[in-house]
Amino acid sequence: MNESLRNILTVGKRELSGYFNSPVAYVFIVIFLALNGFFTFMLGNLLERGEANLDAFLMWHPWLYLFLVPAAGMRLWSEERRVGTLELLLTMPIAAWEAIVGKFLACWIFIALALGLTFPVIFTVGYLGHPDYGTILTGYLGSFLLAGTYLSVTVMTSALTRNQVISFILSVVVCFLLIFAGWQPVTGLLVQWAPEWLVNIVSSLSVMPHFNTFTHGVIDLRAFTFFGSVITFCLFANSVILRGLRGA
Amino acid sequence: MIVVEHLSKDFGPKRAVNDVSFTVQKGEILGFLGPNGAGKSTTMRMLTGFIPPTVGRVTIGGFDVAEDPISAKRLIGYLPESAPCYSDMTVHGFLNFAAEIRGIHGAKREQAIRTAVGLCFLEGVLHQSVDTLSKGYRHRTCLAQAIIHDPEVLILDEPTDGLDPNQKHEIRLLLKRFGQNKAIIFSTHILEEVDAVCSRAIIIDRGRVVANGTPAELRARHKLAGSVALKTHGVAAESIKARLTTLGVVGKVETEATGSQVFVRVFPRDKTVNSELAKAVAQLAAREGWSFEDLRTEEGRLDEVFRSITLPDTVKPSE
Ligand SMILES: Nc1ncnc2c1ncn2[C@@H]1O[C@H](COP(=O)(O)OP(=O)(O)OP(=O)(O)O)[C@@H](O)[C@H]1O
Ligand SMILES: [Mg+2]
Repeated sequence: MNESLRNILTVGKRELSGYFNSPVAYVFIVIFLALNGFFTFMLGNLLERGEANLDAFLMWHPWLYLFLVPAAGMRLWSEERRVGTLELLLTMPIAAWEAIVGKFLACWIFIALALGLTFPVIFTVGYLGHPDYGTILTGYLGSFLLAGTYLSVTVMTSALTRNQVISFILSVVVCFLLIFAGWQPVTGLLVQWAPEWLVNIVSSLSVMPHFNTFTHGVIDLRAFTFFGSVITFCLFANSVILRGLRGA
Repeated sequence: MIVVEHLSKDFGPKRAVNDVSFTVQKGEILGFLGPNGAGKSTTMRMLTGFIPPTVGRVTIGGFDVAEDPISAKRLIGYLPESAPCYSDMTVHGFLNFAAEIRGIHGAKREQAIRTAVGLCFLEGVLHQSVDTLSKGYRHRTCLAQAIIHDPEVLILDEPTDGLDPNQKHEIRLLLKRFGQNKAIIFSTHILEEVDAVCSRAIIIDRGRVVANGTPAELRARHKLAGSVALKTHGVAAESIKARLTTLGVVGKVETEATGSQVFVRVFPRDKTVNSELAKAVAQLAAREGWSFEDLRTEEGRLDEVFRSITLPDTVKPSE
């Protein structure tokens, strides 16, 4: 097996076991499911609507993830910095990027697991009518990618501080910007003083349109590219931050 | 095994480590001494590749730490200063992770864990969460992590810190045993440890190496080192002094009389620590018929040497 892959797996496995060795994982999953249930059924009125699609479920995800993903990932580096295990990890014979990717994947898998546990909602819409299972699949895929995108931000910001609370807040703020970049009032504000190309760039940074292509059952290469680029960029920025920490 | 060349580290305007050079061979145990904030931990962090040096080069087993960090790190076992462990794991889980990331697989891994656990006396807490360990046990867990892959180079930042006297003793024995076929650097504030374990010691102060030698050489830097002290009764201090200075090996003689008792300190002419001077003095005393007691050669005390070369604004002993 490839050396890097093995290191990523080792780090990832440790991180995942860290989740499940503490109550954090179970608390998180319960809250994740409870909130999803609440928003889907109480606010989204899935049952009253009687529509056999996941709109009432998925429409909340950009907002739910805004808090849940930073909550799941805030500890990834900040805890290592606080306890001092960062020194241990980075003096092991592994490259920093392997540790970053390992941590990122572990947390992503964890969130995916929580997302997977929302499967009863699929039965619910199946009961309500004849849903398009392809759209359901792409919707879940979009949700998964969205979570990964937020998570890459969280991993990055968690390297900035040894305080989990600050790490959480930073991450929420950045993710919030990722949602709002394409929001009309924000772009409207920008238009007044910024050149048009800048407005376009900023609004193209928004996750919303890309996420929506998935919930509409479309697999758009540009959406993939967008999520992939944000993730790559954040993980790269993470490695720069780590290098800065050690150099300072 | 370890070659350190002109290593310096700046934190902002502050120079924490200043032009440090030394080498450690296989079979050597180097003690790293110095007051708080001298730069010991910073130096070790550069050796292990955790922080890059501002200036200078470190090679471990021929691998440049800056250019080929992975190969260099493979050879190193490192115990950081605060002995950090992943607190959300059990001792076994933590060591299993350490072994896995060191590339130890299959049956060898369980074997490696068992060996490290035995050497660090962790059998009793193997399945306890690191979270709930006492400080000493956590320290030993982190030490076990450092030796799990039987590394050629051990870099230990205060390995006996926080251990009880029995454990301190055990760890020193362990270091000595490892020292036979590894290159070891460890820092400590306990000077007896230097005598007990090290083949060589470096004293570092405000980022600079101020002494580098065997424990005996360091002790010889004590201003009383090599001198012979004795107490006599009923002989005049002046005549003792006069007789002693006729001996060829004797340099300066100091006397201090209290009642009929005279305390005499004889310094050698050339500053060496050996038993020749004591023998000569004893023979003279016997010839002269002085009654004396407590005749001994001062070996020099490390703590005094340490103080005299690391205290700011004190007169440094002549070398
Ligand atoms: N990350 C850092 N940023 C700024 N200054 C630092 C940093 N790390 C260490 N220093 C400074 O470098 C100097 C050397 O610190 P170091 O920890 O190496 O000392 P030490 O010899 O290990 O001391 P001790 O015996 O207390 O462990 C200190 O003055 C410390 O304040
Ligand atoms: Mg230190």
